[in-house]
Amino acid sequence: MNFYAIRAIYKFEMARTFRTLMQSIASPVLSTSLYFIVFGTAIGSRMGEIDGVSYGAFIIPGLVMLSLLSESISNASFGIFFPKFSGTIYEVLSAPVSPLEIVIGYVGAAATKSVMLGLLILVTARIFVDYTIVHPFWMLGFLLLTAITFSLFGFIIGVWADDFQKLQVIPLMVITPLTFLGGAFYSISMLPEPWQSLTLFNPVVYLINGFRWAFYGIADVNVGVSLGMTLLFLVICLGIISWIFKTGYRIRS
Amino acid sequence: MTSIISVAGLGKTYDSGFTALRDVNLDIKRGEIFALLGPNGAGKTTLISIICGISRQTEGRVTADGFDIVNDYRAARSKIGLVPQELSTDAFESVWATVTFSRGLFGKAPNPEYIEKLLRQLSLWDKKDAQMRELSGGMKRRVMIAKALSHEPEILFLDEPTAGVDVELRRDMWEMMRELREQGVTIILTTHYIEEAEEMADRIGVIRKGQILLVEEKQALMDKLGSKQLTVHLQQTLEAIPSELSEFDLHLEQDGSYLSFSYDSRQDGDSVARLLRKLSELGLEIRDLNSSESSLEEIFVSLVHEEN
Ligand SMILES: Nc1ncnc2c1ncn2[C@@H]1O[C@H](COP(=O)(O)OP(=O)(O)OP(=O)(O)O)[C@@H](O)[C@H]1O
Ligand SMILES: [Mg+2]
Repeated sequence: MNFYAIRAIYKFEMARTFRTLMQSIASPVLSTSLYFIVFGTAIGSRMGEIDGVSYGAFIIPGLVMLSLLSESISNASFGIFFPKFSGTIYEVLSAPVSPLEIVIGYVGAAATKSVMLGLLILVTARIFVDYTIVHPFWMLGFLLLTAITFSLFGFIIGVWADDFQKLQVIPLMVITPLTFLGGAFYSISMLPEPWQSLTLFNPVVYLINGFRWAFYGIADVNVGVSLGMTLLFLVICLGIISWIFKTGYRIRS
Repeated sequence: MTSIISVAGLGKTYDSGFTALRDVNLDIKRGEIFALLGPNGAGKTTLISIICGISRQTEGRVTADGFDIVNDYRAARSKIGLVPQELSTDAFESVWATVTFSRGLFGKAPNPEYIEKLLRQLSLWDKKDAQMRELSGGMKRRVMIAKALSHEPEILFLDEPTAGVDVELRRDMWEMMRELREQGVTIILTTHYIEEAEEMADRIGVIRKGQILLVEEKQALMDKLGSKQLTVHLQQTLEAIPSELSEFDLHLEQDGSYLSFSYDSRQDGDSVARLLRKLSELGLEIRDLNSSESSLEEIFVSLVHEEN
């Protein structure tokens, strides 16, 4: 293992994060606070409890997931897209580093940043609502697993994208709708059929449910299934990435 | 002498279907400075990119210091430093950070003393905390060199290192290349400045349309292909070249008072003496003589235009 290389890439990426601290951290915190004010405090006060949890508290896991998914994807995709775009990728390609080391460096940094953000949002949420965490270790576990999985997914998008528009299109057109429809703001049991069954095809439902279970011990779908689906997505992403490096797809001409 | 880089049967066809290299065979000797010359689009950058691991070959095999660049890429790449043709840099990184990054990337333990020495050598020390975007083009080029040398490579590729570099800096870079060679670093450079190849290279390779046309010792190349020219300025003007001189390859120039004589000094060593004797026999008085050697540039141009 070329640990110096992993460290170099990781440090480089983290330096980029801290250079753009306002944009990296302030804007997700701000937008999440807005969600709490609008959905949690204003609308939430008129909503009843869901499964014994106040509406404001109910939406917290979903909101954290919303940020975690979009931040993981955008950090990781930008992290690898930009060197490709600016040409500085030549150095990574000519260095004695394995694909695994490259991925650990870039994806590790992106995931670190999203986990930091997720925790920051949880702290911010505390200002607006009281909440409990029944299974703190599972909560951290889901946080980490989701951050890594979606950073891997972002890495794939960053490799695939050859212009800025493509970089935006998947997060905007696929991930945002799936998250909003994934039960961030409601329990899927509140949906009429056939929507309730159709929702089960949305992978984000499993992420949010697993995460919410870690907070309140309640879930629409079985936690084991949630975990299984997340791991499955992780394995699929790893498979695609190893194919990318094997074929040099959009990395090595 | 053993070769440090060995390229055998290398071919490259890009995804677009364009064949940029065909059946390239090349051996670079340990410790030499090798200049690769060729017109735009000849395939110089493509060849370097493959050896350094940026592109993949479609055919053939390359070894660097005995290690296959595909199967033993770790060992092969850790020997190589590359200064690419394009100046792509991370605009917001500091000079110090970017050079340190390169060293880490190539798997070397941190060594701030070495990096300091490198930056001083390249006159970048006072810029070490500057961001890349604040640097001029020539400074950026030097940072790229520092990055390439940050992991103490044995082989250095310089893809047009002196493009857009002022005369003084160019001299400095030549000096640095010589020092590196003294330390045992093998240098492969591409250039469009023939003067540079003439000045620096031990051997020269010419590539055109993805094929190596020739590889020669620089001196041998200049001797072999170098024809000489003697210009004789006469006291009087001539209407035509006298028939007595028909055995010589002569041209009348300007107002007819200049005779230019092309000859190959290696093949007919006494032709100049014979010409001068003939001239005095004909009673043609000589005012001045001037002899010149064809430069590498003329050799290069004639090679590249051959067959066209
Ligand atoms: N990624 C690519 N896809 C398709 N064709 C390419 C690609 N890169 C280079 N080429 C083509 O391969 C040929 C050789 O290009 P290369 O960059 O190796 O030339 P070069 O000798 O370095 O030229 P120059 O002196 O201009 O730098 C050119 O015709 C170029 O158009
Ligand atoms: Mg080139």
